[in-house]
Amino acid sequence: MRYSEMDIAALSKLLQNKEVTAKELAADALKAIAETDGQFGAYLTVAEEEAYKQAEIADKMLADGTAGALTGIPFAMKDNICTKGIRTTCASKMLENWLPVYDACVTEQLKKAGAVMLGKTNMDEFAMGSSSENSALQLTRNPAAPDYVPGGSSGGSAAAVAANECAFAIGSDTGGSIRQPASFCGVVGMKPTYGTVSRYGLVAYASSFDQIGPLTKTVADNAKVLEAISCHDRRDSTSLPEFDTNYSALIGKDLSGMRIGLPKEYFGEGINADVAALVQNAAKALEGAGAKIEECSLPAVSYALPAYYVLCCAEASSNLARFDGIRYGYRAEGAEDLDRLYRKTRTEGFGREVRRRILLGNYVLSAGYYDAYYKKAQQARTLLIRAFRELFSQYDMLLAPVAPTPAYKIGEKSSDPMEMALGDICTVPVNLGGLPAISVPCGTVAQDGANLPVGFQLIGPAFSEAKLYQAAAAYEECGV
Amino acid sequence: MAKYECVIGLEVHIELRTKTKIFCDCPADHGGDPNTRCCPVCMGMPGTLPVLNRQVVDFAARAGMMLNCEIAHFSKMDRKNYFYPDLPKAYQISQLDHPLCEHGWIDVNVNGEEKRIGITRIHIEEDAGKLVHTDYGSGADCNRCGVPLIEIVSEPDIRTAAQARAYLERLRELIRWVGVSDCQMETGSMRCDVNLSIRPVGDTKLYTRTEIKNLNSLKHIVAAIDAEKARQIDETEAGRELVQETRRYDPEKDKTYSMRVKENANDYRYFPDPDLVPIILTDEDHARLRAMIPDLPEERLAKYINEYKLPEATAKTLCDEPKLANLYQAAADTVKQPKLLANLMLADADAVSVPAAVWAELTNLCSDGKINRSAPAKLLEAYREKGGEIAALVKELGLEQVQDTGLLNAVADEVIAANPKAVADYKAGKEAAIKALMGQVMKRTKGAANPQEATELLKEKLAKL
Repeated sequence: MRYSEMDIAALSKLLQNKEVTAKELAADALKAIAETDGQFGAYLTVAEEEAYKQAEIADKMLADGTAGALTGIPFAMKDNICTKGIRTTCASKMLENWLPVYDACVTEQLKKAGAVMLGKTNMDEFAMGSSSENSALQLTRNPAAPDYVPGGSSGGSAAAVAANECAFAIGSDTGGSIRQPASFCGVVGMKPTYGTVSRYGLVAYASSFDQIGPLTKTVADNAKVLEAISCHDRRDSTSLPEFDTNYSALIGKDLSGMRIGLPKEYFGEGINADVAALVQNAAKALEGAGAKIEECSLPAVSYALPAYYVLCCAEASSNLARFDGIRYGYRAEGAEDLDRLYRKTRTEGFGREVRRRILLGNYVLSAGYYDAYYKKAQQARTLLIRAFRELFSQYDMLLAPVAPTPAYKIGEKSSDPMEMALGDICTVPVNLGGLPAISVPCGTVAQDGANLPVGFQLIGPAFSEAKLYQAAAAYEECGV
Repeated sequence: MAKYECVIGLEVHIELRTKTKIFCDCPADHGGDPNTRCCPVCMGMPGTLPVLNRQVVDFAARAGMMLNCEIAHFSKMDRKNYFYPDLPKAYQISQLDHPLCEHGWIDVNVNGEEKRIGITRIHIEEDAGKLVHTDYGSGADCNRCGVPLIEIVSEPDIRTAAQARAYLERLRELIRWVGVSDCQMETGSMRCDVNLSIRPVGDTKLYTRTEIKNLNSLKHIVAAIDAEKARQIDETEAGRELVQETRRYDPEKDKTYSMRVKENANDYRYFPDPDLVPIILTDEDHARLRAMIPDLPEERLAKYINEYKLPEATAKTLCDEPKLANLYQAAADTVKQPKLLANLMLADADAVSVPAAVWAELTNLCSDGKINRSAPAKLLEAYREKGGEIAALVKELGLEQVQDTGLLNAVADEVIAANPKAVADYKAGKEAAIKALMGQVMKRTKGAANPQEATELLKEKLAKL
C-alpha cells in the first residue's frame, strides 16, 4: 500500500518507528497530487516549498521526542482559512491573489502539532454552495465518479481525502459544508459543537453558524485531528472556555445502553429511497452493536431551512461588505467615483450566488423588513434549539441522512439555486442549534454506471463529540 | 417677546482614554505615522474577529454613573452597516437597542437659572479611520480605527445656545473629573453634533429638525446654533417648508449649509454582532464601579476649603486638574497637615507622577520635624531618579534633622560665644538679631537642626545671659 493511501494512524506508526520520514511522506503526497489532481481539481494552491519546510520541522520533532499524533502527517486546508504568506482565495475572484499577513488559529494549532500542509483546497465561493461549482477559480470532480460533483462547500477538502491526495483535510461547515461533501465523496466529516474550534482566521460567511472541522479516512483519525485543532482562543469571543478535548476517549467502548433516535421528518418526502434504505441499514448495524434505536419526531425541523437562509444571508451581507476594493483584493478598473467603484468592484469580483445571498441578506435587514424576516428567523432558531434539547433528554444522539440524494452530475443543479438549497435540508438544523454532527460513509448507490457514496449523520447535544465518535467508530467496525 | 424658541438635542462623541483599542490590543492614544497603530483586527482583515476590551465597558459605565444614568445589567453590540473608505469592515460596531447607560441628567446654571438637561442614553462604539488627501491621491489611515468612543445623546431639553454651552462645559468637566477622557475638542477627543428645530413659544410639538455636524469648538457650536435658528425662522416666516437634513456650519460666513438630504441617507441595517457576546454587568460590577465615582467637583472644593482649611485659590488649583485632585484626595486623610500636603504638591511641577503614599510620607516627615521644609524637593529628585523607600533616602542623603539636644546645646553655646554683637543687639531688644544666630546654628549643623527647636533653645540661653 502506498503511503498516500494510508490513514493517519498507520502513517503515524511508521513515522514513530522511523520507517519513513515526514519529508518522504510529503514527497509522496505531493507526487500523488501531481499525478491525479489534474483530473480532480481538489487543490487551488499547492504549497510545495512550505510543505517541505514544515516536514523538516516535523522530522526534528520526531527525532527529539516531541512528536504527537499528527506530526509529519500531510494534510490539505480549505481555502477560506488564513495561511500567512500563502494565498487564501475563498475560491473568489475577489481574493484571487490575497496573501494573509497572519495565520488562522487552526493553522497555528496544526503547525504546533507538526502536521504538514500540502496546499489549499477548492470550495464554493466564500463557502456559499453545496457542490463546489460556485468556485470562481476551478472545477472539482468527485473522485468516486468524476462526472459528479464532490459536494460543497468543502468539496476540495473532501475530494482531496477521497483521492488520497492527503491524509486528512480541514473544512468549514456553515450549513452542512463538511458533512455533505464527506457523504458525497465517501469520507468521514465532523462538524463540532459551535465554539470548539476557533474561528479566528476563518474568512467569515455566517459568523453564528461557521465552524471548522476535520475530514478524514477513518473515525479514529477524525477524533485525533479534532483533538489537535480544538482549543480555547481568546481572539474569538465565541470560543468556549476550557473544555474536555479527549475526543478519542470512548472509541472502542461498547454501545449498550446508548439511545439513538431516528427523527421521521428526515426520512420523509424528497429523500431518495436508496439513500433512506442505506441510512436505515446503518441504524440496524448500530442496533446490532448494542444501541437502542427508536423512531422519534422533530417537527420544528420544518422551520430550519427558511430560518437558516434568512440568518446566514443577513450575516453574510455584513461579513462580505469589507470586500470593497479599497484596501486589498480585486478592484474594478475605470470607475469614475467612489460609489461606482464599490458597485463595479463588487459586481465583477463576486459570483452570482454570492451576490444573490448578499442581496437577500441586505433585504431582510432593511428598515421595515427586519421584524418580518430576521427577527422571525431568530425566533424559529430558538424554537428549534428547544426542540433539539427536548429530544436530547430522551436520546443520546439522533441518526439521519446527510443529504436527500447522493452526488449529482456536474451542471445538473447549478442552474437552479432553489433545488440546490433544498439539498441542505438535512444538514442546516445542526448549524442552527450549534450542535456537533458527524457524517460517516454507509455504502454506495449505483447510478448510470457509477457507484456514488452515501453517508449518514449522527447528531448529538453540545459537547457530545466523544460519544458521536464512539458510535461512529462502532459502526465503522461492523458496517458496510 | 420672542415668537420662536429652539428645541435642541446634542450628540456628543468622546474618546475614552483606555490603554488599548476597543476590540484589539493596539494602543488607543493619538499620534504615530499613518497605519502604524493598527493590526489585522482593527484593519478588518478577512478572518479577524473583535474581542471587547472590558476596560471600555468600565470607563463608559463610570461616565454614565457620573452623569446620573442607570447602568444596564445586560447590554450588547450591534453592527451599523455602511460603506466608506475609512471604515475597513464596512460596518461600525456600535449599540442600537441595549445601550450601556440610559436616563441620566446633568444640572446647569445659566444666568442664575437652574436647568436640568436629560441624557437619553450613552453607548459605546468604535471610531473609524481617517482619510488623508495628498497631491498623488487619497489614502486611508487606520490608526484611529477601533479607538473607543462613547456617544452621549441628550434629550431635546436645551432651548438656547447659552444652555447648550453650559451643558457641554459641565459635561466636559464631569467626564474629565471621573477620569475617563481628557475631552479636548481641539484634538477631536470630544466632538459634538447639534440637532435643532424651532417652534412657536408655548407650543409643545416637535417640528422638522436639522442636524449640524463636524463642530469642533464651543465657540462654533454657539454660533452655529444662532445661525441655524435664524435661518429656520427666516424660512418659516417666508412660508418655506424646512427639510430634515444634515448641515454644516461655515464660520467664515457665519451660516449653515446643506450637506445631504435625509431621504437618500443610509439604511444602516443594524443587527446584533454575531462575533461578540452580550455584555453582562453583575451587581458586584456595579458596586465596584460605583465605588470609583468621585464626589462632585464643587463638593470637593467645599471640603478642601472648609474641612482641610485650604485657601480658596489653592483648593481651586487642585480641583482644576482632576488627576491632581484625586491624588491629593488619596493622601489627604492620612496626613496631619492637609495644607502642608497641598503646598508640597503644588510646589512640584509633576506631582501626579508620584504616588499618594509618598506625598503623605513626605508631608508627615515634615510636620513631625523629622526633616526640614527644604528636604522634600531633594527627596523627590532622588525618588524620581532611583526610586526606593523615602525613609531610606532620608538617611542616604543625610537629611534627618538633629534631634540630639546635647549636640544642639553645644552648637548654640558656640554660636553665642562667637557672635557677641548679635547677642548684644538681641539683648538690646532687636529681636531680629536672633535670625543671624539661627543662621549660624543651621550653618554649623549643615541644615540638620530643627529650626523651631533651635530658636527655642537660643531664646532660652539668651534669656539666661
